[in-house]
Order: sequence, then structure tokens, then C-alpha cells
Amino acid sequence: MNNDETIKKVLVLGSGALKIGEAGEFDYSGSQALKALREEGIETVLINPNIATVQTSEGVADHIYFLPVTPDFVEKVIARERPQGIMLAFGGQTALNCGVELFHKGVLDKYNLKVLGTPVQSIIDTEDREIFVDKLNEIDVKTIDSVACDNKEDALKAAEQLGYPVILRAAYALGGLGSGFCDNSEQLVKLAEKAFSFSPQVLVEKSLKGWKEVEYEVVRDSFDNCITVCNMENFDPLGIHTGESIVVAPSQTLSNSEYHKLRELSIRIARHIGIVGECNVQFALCPDSEDYRVIEVNARLSRSSALASKATGYPLAFVAAKLGLGYGLFDLKNSVTKTTTAFFEPALDYCVCKIPRWDLGKFHGVNRELESSMKSVGEVMAIGRTFEEAIQKGLRMIGQGMHGFVENKELEIEDIDGALHAPTDKRIFVIEKAFDNGYTVDQIHDLTKIDRWFLEKLKGIHETARELKNAGGLEALPSKLLRKAKKQGFSDFQVARAIGMENEMDIEKACLKVRDRRKALGIVPCVKQIDTLAGEFPAATNYLYLTYGGNHNDIAYEHDHKSVVVLGSGAYRIGSSVEFDWCGVQALETIRKEGYRSVMVNYNPETVSTDYDICDRLYFDELTFERVLDIIDLETPHGVVVSTGGQIPNNLALKLDEQGVNLLGTSAQSIDNAEDREKFSAMLGRIGVDQPEWSALTSMDDINKFVEKVGFPVLVRPSYVLSGAAMNVCYDREQLETFLKLAANVSKRHPVVVSQFLEHAKEVEMDAVAQNGEIIAYAISEHVEFAGVHSGDATIQFPPQKLYVETARRIKKISKKIAKQLNISGPFNIQFLARDNDIKVIECNLRASRSFPFVSKVLKINFIELATRIMLGLPVSKPDKSVFDLDYVGVKASQFSFNRLQKADPKLGVDMVSTGEVGCLGEDARAALLTSMLSVGQRVPKKRVLLSTGNGKQKADMLAAAKLLRQKGYELYATDGTSRHLTENGIENTRVYWPDEEGTPKAVDMLDNHEIDFVVNVPRNHSAKEVTNGYRIRRTAIDRNIPLITNARLASAFIKAFCTLNPDDIEIKSWQEF
Amino acid sequence: MKKATLILDDGTRMEGESFGYDGNVAGEVVFNTAMTGYPESLTDPSYAGQLMTLTYPLVGNYGVPSTDDEEGGIAKFMESDRIYASGIIVGDYSEQFSHWNAKESLSDWLKREKVPGITGIDTRYLTQILREHGVMTGKIIVEGTGLEPEPIDYNSINYVDEVSTKEVKTYGAGEDKKKVVLVDCGAKNNILRCLLNRGVEVTVVPWNYDFNGMQFDGLFISNGPGNPEQCVAAVENIRKFISNPDETRPLMGICMGNQLLAKAAGAGIYKLKYGHRSHNQPVRMEGTNRCFITSQNHGFAVDPSTLSEGWEPYFTNMNDGSNEGIRHKSKPWYSSQFHPEASGGPVDTEFLFDDFVNLLG
Repeated sequence: MNNDETIKKVLVLGSGALKIGEAGEFDYSGSQALKALREEGIETVLINPNIATVQTSEGVADHIYFLPVTPDFVEKVIARERPQGIMLAFGGQTALNCGVELFHKGVLDKYNLKVLGTPVQSIIDTEDREIFVDKLNEIDVKTIDSVACDNKEDALKAAEQLGYPVILRAAYALGGLGSGFCDNSEQLVKLAEKAFSFSPQVLVEKSLKGWKEVEYEVVRDSFDNCITVCNMENFDPLGIHTGESIVVAPSQTLSNSEYHKLRELSIRIARHIGIVGECNVQFALCPDSEDYRVIEVNARLSRSSALASKATGYPLAFVAAKLGLGYGLFDLKNSVTKTTTAFFEPALDYCVCKIPRWDLGKFHGVNRELESSMKSVGEVMAIGRTFEEAIQKGLRMIGQGMHGFVENKELEIEDIDGALHAPTDKRIFVIEKAFDNGYTVDQIHDLTKIDRWFLEKLKGIHETARELKNAGGLEALPSKLLRKAKKQGFSDFQVARAIGMENEMDIEKACLKVRDRRKALGIVPCVKQIDTLAGEFPAATNYLYLTYGGNHNDIAYEHDHKSVVVLGSGAYRIGSSVEFDWCGVQALETIRKEGYRSVMVNYNPETVSTDYDICDRLYFDELTFERVLDIIDLETPHGVVVSTGGQIPNNLALKLDEQGVNLLGTSAQSIDNAEDREKFSAMLGRIGVDQPEWSALTSMDDINKFVEKVGFPVLVRPSYVLSGAAMNVCYDREQLETFLKLAANVSKRHPVVVSQFLEHAKEVEMDAVAQNGEIIAYAISEHVEFAGVHSGDATIQFPPQKLYVETARRIKKISKKIAKQLNISGPFNIQFLARDNDIKVIECNLRASRSFPFVSKVLKINFIELATRIMLGLPVSKPDKSVFDLDYVGVKASQFSFNRLQKADPKLGVDMVSTGEVGCLGEDARAALLTSMLSVGQRVPKKRVLLSTGNGKQKADMLAAAKLLRQKGYELYATDGTSRHLTENGIENTRVYWPDEEGTPKAVDMLDNHEIDFVVNVPRNHSAKEVTNGYRIRRTAIDRNIPLITNARLASAFIKAFCTLNPDDIEIKSWQEF
Repeated sequence: MKKATLILDDGTRMEGESFGYDGNVAGEVVFNTAMTGYPESLTDPSYAGQLMTLTYPLVGNYGVPSTDDEEGGIAKFMESDRIYASGIIVGDYSEQFSHWNAKESLSDWLKREKVPGITGIDTRYLTQILREHGVMTGKIIVEGTGLEPEPIDYNSINYVDEVSTKEVKTYGAGEDKKKVVLVDCGAKNNILRCLLNRGVEVTVVPWNYDFNGMQFDGLFISNGPGNPEQCVAAVENIRKFISNPDETRPLMGICMGNQLLAKAAGAGIYKLKYGHRSHNQPVRMEGTNRCFITSQNHGFAVDPSTLSEGWEPYFTNMNDGSNEGIRHKSKPWYSSQFHPEASGGPVDTEFLFDDFVNLLG
């Protein structure tokens, strides 16, 4: 073996909180790397503050530090742990940047730390644009030409020289200000004038808009052996970020010669740069010739490499880690076949389609156009034996109410041409709309530049839907047509709707009728393996998908009722991400340990739960009712777990139960009793538990009457949303009316739920596990913010720090009652409001919640393992540990991605907007809070702080913190009211002016000039003027990368923490040492 | 589209639809796991007599380039003058195609060249059957097209004789150029292109032509279809060349060329259960840590344990350990079982042509 014997202990850097552009894929790659290291008997150290990840679980790494992945903290861990090696490639850009900084600071040298894998110099070569271009020139590889110009005349000259169209980019300007496409000199002059007003320098770049975008995943070992594991083609042409594109694997429209030309270039690049491990090469390919340009190279594991691993079954991260230890590819085995070598290139016998998931509807004011920066928050991968099957599956998987390419809710598009030309998150559905309006493939191609091949395939789906419409009902539907539709990925729902069954019966009943009919005709999906070699070698792989493109099952089922199916959580989205992946993985591990066959159904390529190593059988497939039933038909399992995958499986409970499926744990009836608002309220009434008053109302009159009774503010939740966020708090009649008029459609069919909204109330969470209605383990945690901030955005401390003993006792009592009433067996979560000792229940979910990994890891009791044992009917004993035994505190803080979401207002409300979270431990609440805030990108300010702190109550909340800032020597800048308030209270400050006020200094100018290090801006909710003014300050802070907090209580807590505790004094301790 | 049926010799029947020529045909059913390159594969003479199953289901996406365009007397985009495979079996034929270089659809081309094609087949299942049973003959029957096809005995037919050139022809002629004789057992055009691009003159001769009397600087034995046992004359000619103790001119062989050279050197050949037909075959250069991904298309292999004195294995397959090339221990003679000329497939081993041309002096 070539393993370096001097390496006994290795440090792996994680990627921190999930954010747009850096998400769950790095939990997967980090977990794989750690597995590879442990297999070698190497001691592992992991730094990652993301407590909800699988990689930060017991048994994955030997020493886990919930600390920020920043040079300072990492150096301290290095000094303490003294590893011999460090891996930088498995934690995204965060880890890579941190590694490069450590290198520049000499830390790596100082501790004689060997970088395992691609050397830092190679990383720098790919990150620095100028060096990169030079490097590629050395090996005759073409990059995109770009010329830096200092004036309009030079820009014109450069454009002539490059040839139109060109892209103009203002250098040093944020958010693409002053950038754009120019087709001719006239446009260029216009745009250049604008651009030079933002920036002294402009880059003129050859525009390759409309070129194909193709990627290769390259693996290289230290013996210079190279393979490309996968190539992928973007459905959307160049101009849209690859993270925003629908992506197919393998490429569909490339000839052999194009495929291998780019493959050879990829290998040439990987060799020249000196990659050891894995890299990703992105190309632009001319649609009319074999001309190409290299767009970029990522010298690390990436979102694409996670996708490629899942698309092919080739464990890229695992192999890359082994190569980092000095192995050759020839030393390693193909982990699917177990007999053939890891030095090979997978052959696919299916087609894979990745589709991004956006949540733009949650953000006020956000720009919805897709561009060259990423906005999506998650993705799905669909597998089929036709392109049509894969893309229709995928469009269902993204989970935004779509049923595939066709048969969706009517989309209202005023200007189809415009919507095709300037794509948004809805573009694929605009294409369907265009077909419906008689557009030809050529017309759509001209507007979108999407390759005709993809468009023809989509048109075929559209045509099949027409054929179904004309079929004359289910009985008359020819078997051949039904089979064709299923091969093209139509769901039973789509078939039922297309043939018009909705008019005669409930759609759910219609779906079951279609199901019965096709089963009678023998039209059922078959199960196929992903085996990396297209069937060439026998493979005992458990990595499976279902398809109608075949008639033979690869698996011989045991029918021994020993399978336990766990339903996963689907695409990461705001409100549901890595935490449910952790829950799913814990459930699978427990099931396996207890001697059952663990079966996972999930389709998110960014997850660990879709790693085929983690379970006995993985169905990389849909979590629709139809597909889950198909899988249950095949598996005939002992039972199904619906409580560890968030809301998607939870919503299937009742329907599966009706089909006689054995749900493990809490009954479907109980789940319904908790989910159904009316039933739940009635139950609370019965057992004497209070909740905020609410009512489902169908007219404006009723709403007004209700509000008169409970008073403002109220929380309004429309069941049918027209635009903007789904929920809102309204403080007066005017707001209520405006909101309902703009955002919702109130009618008998679409009632609005209005609830009393309590201000200045604490929010408290109960995460627990029960058995037959008796609570076995529980954790009560407390929000730092008052109610009104979504629990997913709130900062949570556990154990609670400022909760009355009486409040805790009451919460426990109520929870016991609810658990008993609903006869809960498994995980559940209840959210409470507490003001004084008055407790109200907001919500109850009979499933694992977002905070399960956090409380499990802080308490060091695995709640999911416990819950799974209960669901399997195994004996459990109450853990003999309580929160009183903890002599440390955990704080969970939220990560926001506003910087990626141009124009979005970075404020918090009742709808969740955070994209990720961290959880850090500390000796006290202060240390834990400071560490977790630093982990989500907050920084301790150097000198100047800008305050505008909302209304009177909030201002008062902030006073002590402001005083503390002054005492520590910070210069305070404050807007009008805040400034006055501070002065009145004897706190020295400088008044700054709102954007619409006369006078200097202006707040926004100071931010633009980076004269402010930290902004506290608490929105007041009220006048339009204040909203716009506040928005401009908040947005500028985000755009200038200046830390911002918009909640007074959190701001106070953070300020107190950093004013009384120097980050250098935070004790460095691993999780295991707490 | 007409209904079509694939019937294997073991009785397996699979229903699909005809998308090529509406005729019946029999052949040896083989599978190919490459994800691109159907025009190259179909025109590869090594597929003569075979029904080619593509395991990648989506086929026809980028159409077919011009079959008429020529460059230096060689078809520009194809590996020979016509389709040599007897038929093609796919999962999901794409009726619409899209590519800047496409001149017609795969369907139209197959019809024009009278080659049957069947789509709608569970090609993964078919592959598993072939893998377990080994390759077997089978037939494509298109509904309503009349007669049963003639059954074939693949191993006893001399396909090389059917596909090889009948005349001697010189390409890239030049006074000062090094001269290479290419023994055409069914040579792919890209072998010719790879040699011509390196500035040599190539004289193509029929498979059984005795080149020993010719003036040349290097000898090249091409790929070809069928059973190497049929190529007795070629083996004799090669043996004559390598048994001359004074012979020092370089020799390189590819695929069938590897097998014929091995036979001439006294080694035995055996038929693989289901062959190697793909673009992802890993090979390792013997005695080194150098590994390559290669393009392959062969059903027979050299038994390296039977190599005579003076010869040694050059490359070995990393998946199944089968021989992937041999070389002489002291003379500039070597061959590969894989296809360094690629087309289709990866171009990682094109350096073997550089080696050959460098050896010419």
C-alpha cells in the first residue's frame, strides 16, 4: 500500500451552516471522507458548527468541534489536536478559503501539517482568474476572453476585437451593478457610460450566451492516472448558473467526438493543475461547431460532484479521500461491484435529471430572474429510462404542487415571449404554456436557446397529454397509450386529470381507479439497479429506482416482512433540510442494528440518506403516494416510518393508512388529529389546554368581527396565496385590508385563518419521544427572540436559560396530556407561547422536528434512535439524565443567504427565510451564543456600529446593550429616533440620516464607504416610508457584506456576549469533552 | 412503427418496434455499454455479423452526420463506407434529433442501408441474459416482412474476408515519408487517420496479402470482425515477418491485430463469455502504475499463459484480468486488444501511435 505511514491523525474542515450555494452536499462528501479515513485506522478531527449534519454525529469522527470554520478557530484546534494531515476539499468554498488563508498565514508550515489531496498552490491556481488563464494557455486550452478597460473608447475597441455580442462587467461592483449584454456598439456605449459611473474599470468579455454548458467530474491520483466519472449537460444554456439549471447526465446532445474532446481537455487540465483527488471542469460548448471555452475549474468536491456520485454510483468523495492518502486508483475497488477496479468510468443505462428547488416566494422584493448567480435552495435528482420519465418525476419531486410537465394548475403568464426569453424559476412551465398556445419548437428555441432535442421531448409529453384527453375516458383508454404515458413519466394523477376524471369524482379516488386499471392491464413499474457498469458485471448493489422503461425486476424480493421502509424528506427547502436527513439516517441505522432490513426512499442528491451504504436498500425515487405504494407493493414490508422525514411523509400518513399500510408508531388517526386545526383545537379544549384564539373565515365581514373580539395584531394565513409570503402579521385594519387584497383570495373555497398574535411572548419548544402516550425523553428549549420570528429563524438555547421553573413545569404537564390524548409512540414536537406563566400551544407535530439533532447532540441522547426502537416495538428505558445534569449550554443560530438574493428585504417575520443553522456549545449561554453567531458569519465589530432600533419597546430593550458598546469604546451612529433616545439616556452618539432625509452623514453612504462594521436595524412594521428607508439600510448592509441583525433581543444578546467575552477566550473543546 | 420481435436462441422473446429497415435478420447478439458513438460503432467493420445492443437507452439524439463527406479519400465522420452491424437493438429510440452536424436521422440511415433496428426493448434485461448465458445468436423479426432470416453460425464464418479491402491502395503518398503497410482485417478509418496525421504514407493491403515482399518501414495489423481462427493466411504472413531473425522493423497491432500477432507468436486464443464492448474498459500497463481507460470491441482474447519465449503481456484488463496487449521483449513489436484510435471512445492511449511512428526512425 502507498498509504503514508506518518499520517495518524487528520483534520477535516466542514462547510458550516447550509446556505445558498453551499448546502447538504458537503455533509455527504465530508461523511464519505471521514469514512475513508476511519477505514484506514486514522484518527479523525472534524470542525463543523453545523450540528444537524450526519458528519457531526457520534461515531463518524473521533473529535468533533462545533466551531466556526475560520482560520483563528481552526488554528486553535490544530494547536490542540496536532494532526499530521488536513483535508480542505470536502467542506466547499468555506473550507477551501480557510485552507488557503491558513497556508498564507504560515499555519500549515508552523504545525508541519500536510495537505492531503490537491496542494494549496493548485487550489490558488484555479481560484485566481489571471493565474488560471495563464495556466490553461500553457496547455493550449481556451478560456473566455476578457479585456479590462479604463474608458469607453477602449471598451469599444475591445468589443470590436472580441466580436459582438459581449458582456460588460463593472469591476469591483457588487450584485452585477452596471453589467449586461451588448449586441452592438450602440448598446455598448450606453451601457459603458452607466458602468463607468459605478466603477473605474470595466471588463469586456466575449458573450457565449446560448452556448451549451457541459461539466466533467475528473479524478486523478498521485500516479497521474485520470478518469472522468461523469459528464453532465445543462438543459439551460450558458448565462444561467449551473446551480440554477436543470442538468442531465450523461450529456444528451453531444456527439462522440464532442464528448471525448471535452473529456480529453478535462484530463489535460486536471493533470496540468496537479489535482490529487477530484475536480470539476465546466465548459461552454458552441451549439454550431466543436468550439469550446473553459468556464471554470473547482479544485474540490462540489455540488456537481455530489450529483455525479449519486447519478453514477461512483463514490467520488470517498475515493478522493483515499487518493489524498496516497493510494492509486488501481489500489481501490469499485464499491458497487466490489470486484472490479475503482479505475473505470461508469456506464449509465438510465438518464438522470437534476432540477433546482427555489423558494423565492418567501422573499419580499426578490428578483426572480435566473442569472449567473445562484438562488436555489435545494435540488432533486430523478432517474428514468427515458428523458421524459426523468424530467416529469423531477418536476414532481421539487414539491411545489406540480404534477410533472403537464396537467398542472394553470399558470398565469401575460407575456409568454418575455417569460421564455428572460427565465425565472417558472420557466419550464412557461414552455408548456407556450406549447399549449401553439408555439413551435423552433420558436421556443429561438427565445430560450434550449437545445431542440430537449424541447422536442417536452413537446412529446404535451402531445401525449392531448392524446389522453381525446381517449374518451378510462375504460376506453387503449392500453398502448396508457403504457406510453407511463413510460413518459405520467403519474396516475396526470392521467386521471388528462382524461377528465376530476369532473366526475374526487381526484384521489380517480388516481386509485387509474392505478387499479393499469395494474389490471399489467402496466406496473419495474425496479432497476444502478450498478455503474450498465449490467456488464454482476453487482450486488442495493441502489435502486423504479421505471416503466423495462419489464424485468433486477431484485428478487424476499417477502419475509423484514423490511422497514423509511420515507425521506425530499428536496432541501427553507424549513426542511439537513436535520431531517440526520433523522432519517439515525432511523435507518437503528433499524439495521435491530435486525430488520432498512429501506430508504428519497431523491435528494445532497443527502447522506441517499448514500447506498447507509441502508440495505435505497430507492432513489419519488415520495408521492403513487410511488410509495409501488414500492410497498414490491417490498411487502413489516412497516413504514413516516415520522423522521419532515412534512412530506407526514402528509402521506392518512392516505397510506387507508390503503392498509402498516405505519409504525403513532397512528395515522392521531397524526390527523394533530394536523387538522379544528380537530386539534377541539381536543385541546377537551383537555383544558389554552391556545391563541383563531378562526377560519371566509369573508371580510367575519374577519373584521373576529379581529374586534381578539384585537390587533393578528396573524393571517390565507389558504390560497396570490403573491408574496403566505403568512403575515397585521398590526392595524389598513395593513390587514392591504394584505388580504394584494396577497390572498378570500372566499368560501379559500378560507383565511386568522389568529390572535401575542406580542412580547416567549416561544418555547418541546421536543420529545413517547411510547404508548407516555413521554420517555424530552427537551425543552427557549427562543432568544420573542414570538413573531419563525421558529426556524429563531436563535434557540438549550437548556433554557431564562424560563421560570413554573413555566417549564406547566409545559411538561401539557405535553404529557397531549401525548396521552394522541397516544403518541415516536417523536413529536410542540411549540408554546409563554407570557408570565400563561402558556398557550401554537402547534403540535407528531414527527421529528427541525431541532431533534440539536437537542439530541446537546443532551447526548439520540432521540431518533429511541423513537425508532419504540416504533419497532422494542423495549426502551427512560434515560436517567436530565437537563439539570448539563453544565454547558447549546445555542442554535440561523444562517441567512440574503446576499445571494438580490433585492430581497433581509428582515425576519412569521415566515421562515433562513437557509441553514449551526449549533455550538459553551460553558455558559454567552460563550455558546457568541460562538454560534460567529459561525453564521457575524463578526465582532472593530469600531463603528449603526443603530436604528425600531419602536419604543424595542429601543428600551437595546439601551443596556448600547451602553455596553460605548463602555467598550465603540462609536455609535444612530438614525433620528434612536439617536434622540440614546442622547436622552446619556449615551453619546452621532446622528446619521435616512435615505430620504436631508443632511449628512447619510447612513447608506457610510455603509457604501465601509465606515460601519455592524448594523442593528429593527424594522418597525409600520409606515411605508419607514419600510423603504429601513429596507435601503438593511439591503445596503447585506450588499456591502456588513454584519446585520434585525431583532432587538438577539442584537442585545450578541452585543452583551462580545462585549463581555473576547472570542479569543472562548474555550476550545470538542463535543466529546463537554 | 411496425411491431418487431427479438428472438434469442435460448427462446427468449422481446417485443418492440421497428425503427430501421423493415426486414428480418439474424446475427450474434452482443451488448455495448458506450453512451455515445452509435455512428462510429455501426460503421465499425468489427461489428459485422452482429446485432448490437446499446445499454444506454436513449439513442438517436444527435442524428447521423454526412456519410458522403470525405477527407483525403476517407469518410470524414464514419469508420468505414457503410454500416457493418447486422442490426441495432435499443431501449428508447429518439425520433427527433438535434445536432449541427447531423444530416439525417438514425432511422433514415438504417432504412437507407437496409439495416433493421428495434426499439422499446428492456436492454438492461437483455444484457443480463447475455451476461449470464454468454453471447448467443438471435434474430430480429419485423411484423409482416415475410421470410425467416437465414440462421448463422457466427464462429465459422470468415467475416474478415467479407469486410477486408480487395485491392492494394496507398494513402498520403509522399517521397520522403516513412512507409507503413496496414493489413486490413476490417480496419476502422480512424486507424488510417491516426497514422496519416502523423505524417506517414500508408498502404492498405487485403487481410491475406503477403506483404513480406513489399518495401516498407513499419507494419500495422488492424482490427476486424469474427473468429481469429479463420484468418490463417494473415497469421502465416505475420509469422513469416516475425520469424526472420534479422527483422527489426516496427510492428503494431490492434484488436484482431493483437490476436493474430499472438497466434503468429504461438499463443492460444479463446472466446470470452460476452466480450468487451464499451468505452470504459480499464487497462494497466504491465509492471507500471500507469492505467488507461480504453475503447474496446472484441469477443475473443489472447491467453497470455501460452505466449512463446520472447513475448510478454503489455497491458492487462483491470476488471477481469484478461490480456489487453502483448509485446516482444527485445524487438519493436507490440499490439493492444483495445482501440487506441478510439472513435468512438476515450483517446487516452493514442500515444501508442506516437510510439509506433517514432520507432519508424
